Amino acid sequence: MRTDTHAAKLSVGPILFHWLEEKKLDFYARLATAPIDTVYLGEVVCSKRIPLFERCYQDIADMLEKAGKKVVYSTLAEVMIKYDRQTVAGICSLRNTLVEANDASALYHLSEKPHALGPFLNVYNEDTLEFLVGKGAVHVTLPYELNRAAIASMGEKAEKLGVGLEIQVYGRMPLALSARCYHARAQGRVKDNCQFVCEQDPDGMDLKTMEGRPFLSINGIQTLSHACLNLIHEMQELAAMGVTHFRLSPHTGDMVETARLFRAVLDGELCATEATSRLAAHAPAPFANGFYYQKEGYRWIRPT
Amino acid sequence: MSSKNLHIPELVCPAGTPAALRVAVDAGADAVYCGFQNATNARNFPGLNFTPQELEQGVIYAHARGARILLAINTFPPAGQTDLWKQAVQDGIRFGVDAIIIADIGLAHHIATKYPEQRLHLSVQAGASSPEAIRYYCREFGVKRVVLPRILTVAEIKTIHDEIPCEIEVFIFGNIGMMAEGRCSLTNYATGISTNMDGACSPAHAVKYEEDARRNLTTTLGAFTIDRFACGEQAGYPTICKGRYYAAGCKDPYYAFEEPVSLNLASLLPELIHAGVTALKIEGRQRSRAYVHEVVAAFRRALDEYSAGRQLPLPDLLALTEGHRETLGAFAGKRWR
Repeated sequence: MRTDTHAAKLSVGPILFHWLEEKKLDFYARLATAPIDTVYLGEVVCSKRIPLFERCYQDIADMLEKAGKKVVYSTLAEVMIKYDRQTVAGICSLRNTLVEANDASALYHLSEKPHALGPFLNVYNEDTLEFLVGKGAVHVTLPYELNRAAIASMGEKAEKLGVGLEIQVYGRMPLALSARCYHARAQGRVKDNCQFVCEQDPDGMDLKTMEGRPFLSINGIQTLSHACLNLIHEMQELAAMGVTHFRLSPHTGDMVETARLFRAVLDGELCATEATSRLAAHAPAPFANGFYYQKEGYRWIRPT
Repeated sequence: MSSKNLHIPELVCPAGTPAALRVAVDAGADAVYCGFQNATNARNFPGLNFTPQELEQGVIYAHARGARILLAINTFPPAGQTDLWKQAVQDGIRFGVDAIIIADIGLAHHIATKYPEQRLHLSVQAGASSPEAIRYYCREFGVKRVVLPRILTVAEIKTIHDEIPCEIEVFIFGNIGMMAEGRCSLTNYATGISTNMDGACSPAHAVKYEEDARRNLTTTLGAFTIDRFACGEQAGYPTICKGRYYAAGCKDPYYAFEEPVSLNLASLLPELIHAGVTALKIEGRQRSRAYVHEVVAAFRRALDEYSAGRQLPLPDLLALTEGHRETLGAFAGKRWR
């Protein structure tokens, strides 16, 4: 039996990379025309980038809401210094705004009021989800490395608890966070005097093995996969398991067209195979879906 | 600095086998941490860790000599598989372990509600790096001690100490991962084994050492080359965050994350004690009995001398470190970042 995926929602995650103001403004202006239901705003990777764009968020949120999108603010994934802490506390105190928590310090502020659980929080199982829903969580985006069986169990639980369940289906996969900035390190610098060199790599800085094989992608303190996640073939199955929202992670390729392709597949207007071949023109790297099949994350398991 | 009126921290030591547990206790460990032979702990390697019966005997051995046992159940149970983790908790409590080291919120809640008397420590795998994050676990689950991530400076540790209601444990010696603990899927990306869920970083079965005709050695993890060594160069165990790679535009491969070095904070012990640290932790459940003996005994001597008001002797442990090179890591200052 085919599941009706018309009701499934598409979302766009926070921009993980360091894009300049003009590029971000242009991106969100275009996104307003895309078939997207929810947009996550905010800097989740590096707090040094926050002051450069902070003042723009309100206007962008207003613009997106006028275009009928739901706006959610995502918090920093790694919170250490005073500035990080103040930023997270500030976002969590916003009224009439749903906040997505990406670390336990955000949970500290958000408990007892409605909030979302971000993919950087380790919500790996039903018990964790149930506890956090008891504390006010209304929506969860699962960690990137969960496989099909675990997602299915989470789907059952989320449905019982009546909360939205989201997973990333497109974009490079966040694999690790560090206190050290690897963009700065590549230039012989440290985080404190980084000079925002990460700006040069709007889809991440490629790392290749000594044999020249593409492997990872650096984004400041974050390490992502070289490969680009693509679960467009699995969305039908995911929706049947109880996944209600599908997240696209921003890249420099045409994200409006990318969103249209995912929407068309959800609406049954386009087959996934055709969509994948068209998606390739916009993707930053070859596709992978290994985590879903409990294989190495870089693998692309040919859809049958 | 003088040690007068200072609380001397306890020494928390690793044990991957019952023999290492006994050696650590005999060498002066105040507490020994260990785990079961399965995915419930973050050092799930073949031939390592404890059967339930071995742990029961280990607790008896340690308690008879005034040492404590801390049980690491510090991985994240994937949905549908939490029973294995709950069984580990039940076994540990039955054997009378002194604390359980947890990272998963669901498991913490399970213990806090079902066994409210059980002492809980927050694993480094929980990645709690700010006072608010730590206070969250204290408030929700009554956590009594946090093991801090290896990404903080001593000054930051002092700040955290002054703002949290629980004890602090810090790593002082051993392997140093470059990624925030509990938030790294690099191994899973290359091997299909998850550090968070399966408890293994760079699992041995996915590691290969290959020598070419000129005796250059290549180390690989899964399908990926991690490093290459000329004949005679010391080859490190291939972990992704200690590998050499090419970045676009760079002529030569470089250690994109960190060089193969080990953490050794012996020289910072006085500062750590002044920062209010309750416990000093030695990494290395995967290491040999001899290693455990040597490191534990050296730090025991250092702490005993310090508590007697004498100059802190610096243990010479360089020979035991990875690549025979050591670092103060993040602890010495912000330039590490």
